[in-house]
Amino acid sequence: MSCDFSGTILHAYLDGELDAVRAAEFERHLETCRECTATLGAAESLRSSLQRAQLYETAPPELRKKIRTELKISAASTGGSSVAAWRWLAAAAAILLVTGVAWFAVPHFRSMGPESVTSAEVIDAHIRSLQAGHLTDVASTDQHTVKPWFDGKLDFIPPVHDFTDEGFPLIGGRLDVLGERNVAALVYGRRKHFINVFVWPTKDSDTPIHPPGSRQGYQWVHWRHQGMEFCAVSDVSAQDLHELAQLFLQ
Amino acid sequence: MSTTGQGKGWDVLDSQDRARFEQLVLPHLDAAFNLSRWLLRNRSDAEDVAQEALLRAFRFFRGFNGGDARAWLLQIVRNTCYTWLEKNRQVELMTEFDEDLHQQSAANPETLAIAGDDRERLARALETLPVRFREVIILRELEGCSYKEIASITSVPIGTVMSALARARQRLQRALTQPAQQEAPHEL
Repeated sequence: MSCDFSGTILHAYLDGELDAVRAAEFERHLETCRECTATLGAAESLRSSLQRAQLYETAPPELRKKIRTELKISAASTGGSSVAAWRWLAAAAAILLVTGVAWFAVPHFRSMGPESVTSAEVIDAHIRSLQAGHLTDVASTDQHTVKPWFDGKLDFIPPVHDFTDEGFPLIGGRLDVLGERNVAALVYGRRKHFINVFVWPTKDSDTPIHPPGSRQGYQWVHWRHQGMEFCAVSDVSAQDLHELAQLFLQ
Repeated sequence: MSTTGQGKGWDVLDSQDRARFEQLVLPHLDAAFNLSRWLLRNRSDAEDVAQEALLRAFRFFRGFNGGDARAWLLQIVRNTCYTWLEKNRQVELMTEFDEDLHQQSAANPETLAIAGDDRERLARALETLPVRFREVIILRELEGCSYKEIASITSVPIGTVMSALARARQRLQRALTQPAQQEAPHEL
């Protein structure tokens, strides 16, 4: 490596870690430096190979269960039996006593098989998605790009629609995990806020849009429609979420 | 959080702490497992170590000041992995940043693209990297951490993260373009 830029500067540029002035300086340099152009091309190619290879390995469900047991955290996701639900309610009641927070119901969305999803998991997933770089795996406002992206990644195809005209532009989609099952997450914008709509298949019959729930400043609405279960979660108003849910039902 | 614990044991964490731990830290279990898996290079050791790290995190949770929970957890995971490696596979930690053991070969983007499509090959190449190079690749490319986050997880200055990442990528490219030399992984 003979060029001064081809070491760390080039990689910091690739990673978006240079400030605007230094990035511009490096781009000017790139126009004339063949070595850096080649090195940058190789580094970009390596990055896309790493991403295509899907090397990320997620925690096995047994490990999750083991840890929850060890921590004595009652987990609704460890079983859909009423025992688990009661344990969860008991834990919630304990927290209620400790914090004195008014907490009217602990929603427990029944999904396929023995698994179930709690509002805590939905909110966790929403918060997690807001961390830098986690919001979307496929970023596109085009429903015809987002929908096929899910093909082959899940054992179902979620319904994907763009609602830009109605004030809910589609931002993209990603895979997520709720209650130990893979779900599709569709991301919509609402003014400057993000809404996650989680979708997974269900065998239960359709339900209307449930009254919204609220916790820690987040709202969610939940409904079932044509073999799919939906949960929309965000910090936008419950009314906005309800509006979005109605668009899905149309 | 208003907690008035007298001891350090995790049994004194009250249900409020538990709920907070569940909400802030447990969502990063995948990240914890993924980092352990790549540092230890197998899933079953990673399960044990990730579990131990999560329990340690729970014990230390009082000391968590409410910043970036993922970085905080991954720092504990990384330390737990290193302790495990020291005990069980010390030789892996002794492979330092020995840059010039191999001749440089210009990485050809096309060759790389072909090689990279094969998950197995890429995984094996990644596993031939010394652990300190491997960890920056995992944190940056798989976990999407910023340099600042990597610096805090690995307890080194940002400048060191930058150079480690640059060199790690060069090493990985070389490992991919010189498949014949992957026979003795830890000597590379």
